[in-house]
Amino acid sequence: MGYLGKLFFMAMTAVFINNYVLSRFLGLCPYLGVSKKLDSAFGMGMAVIFVMTMASAFTYLINTYLLVAYNLQYLQTIAFILTIAALVQFVEMVIQKNAPSLYKALGVYLPLITTNCAVLGVAILNTKATWNDGTAYTFIDAVLNGFLSGIGFTLVLLLMAGIRERLEYADLPVNMKGMPIGLILAGVMALAFYGFMGFKI
Amino acid sequence: MNIMSLTLLAANAEAFQISSVTIPIIIVGGLGLIFGLVLAFASKVFHVVVDPRVEQIMTVLPGANCGACGMPGCGGYADAIVHNDMDINLCAPGGASVMAHIASIMGKEAVASQKKIAVYHCSSGGYKNTNWKYHYEGITSCKSAVNIADGPNACRWGCMGFNDCVKVCPFDAITVDEFGMRCVDKEKCTGCGACVKACPRGIIMLVPENRNVFVRCSSKDKGVVARVLCGSSHSCIGCGLCAKKCPTQAITVSGNLARIDYSKCINCGQCATVCPTKAIEDQLSGKRKKAHIIPEGCIGCTICAKNCPVQAITGEVKKLHVVDQEICIGCGLCAEKCPKKTIEMV
Repeated sequence: MGYLGKLFFMAMTAVFINNYVLSRFLGLCPYLGVSKKLDSAFGMGMAVIFVMTMASAFTYLINTYLLVAYNLQYLQTIAFILTIAALVQFVEMVIQKNAPSLYKALGVYLPLITTNCAVLGVAILNTKATWNDGTAYTFIDAVLNGFLSGIGFTLVLLLMAGIRERLEYADLPVNMKGMPIGLILAGVMALAFYGFMGFKI
Repeated sequence: MNIMSLTLLAANAEAFQISSVTIPIIIVGGLGLIFGLVLAFASKVFHVVVDPRVEQIMTVLPGANCGACGMPGCGGYADAIVHNDMDINLCAPGGASVMAHIASIMGKEAVASQKKIAVYHCSSGGYKNTNWKYHYEGITSCKSAVNIADGPNACRWGCMGFNDCVKVCPFDAITVDEFGMRCVDKEKCTGCGACVKACPRGIIMLVPENRNVFVRCSSKDKGVVARVLCGSSHSCIGCGLCAKKCPTQAITVSGNLARIDYSKCINCGQCATVCPTKAIEDQLSGKRKKAHIIPEGCIGCTICAKNCPVQAITGEVKKLHVVDQEICIGCGLCAEKCPKKTIEMV
């Protein structure tokens, strides 16, 4: 299997088979919170892709050249959270300056990426993930995995937002409107993605 | 010899401990320092000029984040005033003083909004004045109880008494009395409407605070049914007597229920006197005064006679007017309109 083949395998795994939201159940807060409108879901997705990619790069470097080098893996969580928090702050400033409307649409969920477990999950799993032949991820692999995981998150968020926008017009019992049907929808989507589990690439 | 080796060991251990602590401290602290410096630099580069008026308005607003203005919180409202030209009189808890402050910040004229308070339109829901359909033993919340066979109150329009409104009130303005009825403190209530949203029955309405006559019922059942189901027996049966009696046509009966249009109501309480079930509560009952014209001041302008809803004032132009004490209902409209202020309420 050449590198492109490996990449395809990684993409399928990150987007469908081990999707961060629907298979690993990480990052559920924005999944339910920002999925009411397609526009803001798209904005959130882009922000998460950016943060995940950047976080993968930074945390990989920090992990390899600081933590592993000095045998300090036990500092992983705090170091990664620090990195991600700083990154999100940075992204927030950039978005506020360059895209105020997107900044408003994302609202409270942008700072929440700081504590988004999906971002931390990608960073930590990157340090543990291995290819089929047992070799660990290189820097490029880690960055790509972060990017593709972000794409998986965005895909699911957009699917959810698309369905929820249509559900607004559905004739539902009053008790089911809004969040209850959203939660049921989330469960059904997770079941649907469970179908990808059996895939062998 | 032994002592020597022991001290060496201790020194080694000390040195080992220091290094095992210092490196993590340097790494984590260094990371924090670098990130902090980068962020500080970025905050200069990506600095966004925020309108200083937004912050000024934020300091003036009460900060209760009650949502009465229609925005999710005080920050959103301050932003909307400055950027979206939102009305400045929407902050119910802040009232007139906050509005005056915002007006001075924005350079706008303060337009006072009538203060409103929450009023219950149901006389049931207490310990002794409720007919229970069944004994409810679930989560003590109206929202939850209402889902089970339309709530435990036999009347499906009535209060169930689980006090969602009390819990949601951000200003502690609603209390429960010894009969299990909810009372609104007129002073504390700011008219934010949190209880109106919380009540699954919709029996709470915001009413201008100077109104004293209310229909204490929300039942749209037919007269007999409403009467049988209501535990307090003060149910509106939709007979329409109040609507006929009302001098200002402020009452309409639709769906077996009388509703007062509070913008037209003049507080005269005539409706309460004819209501056969006493569903209409008149808080001023027995306290009303009659109008009395002081002869010296009257110039005969006829304004009082024109404004009297029950034609109790008679008199010719430029001559002294007289109030018929039998007909006068004590609404006080004439005293309000008299240009010479020669009408007293005695």
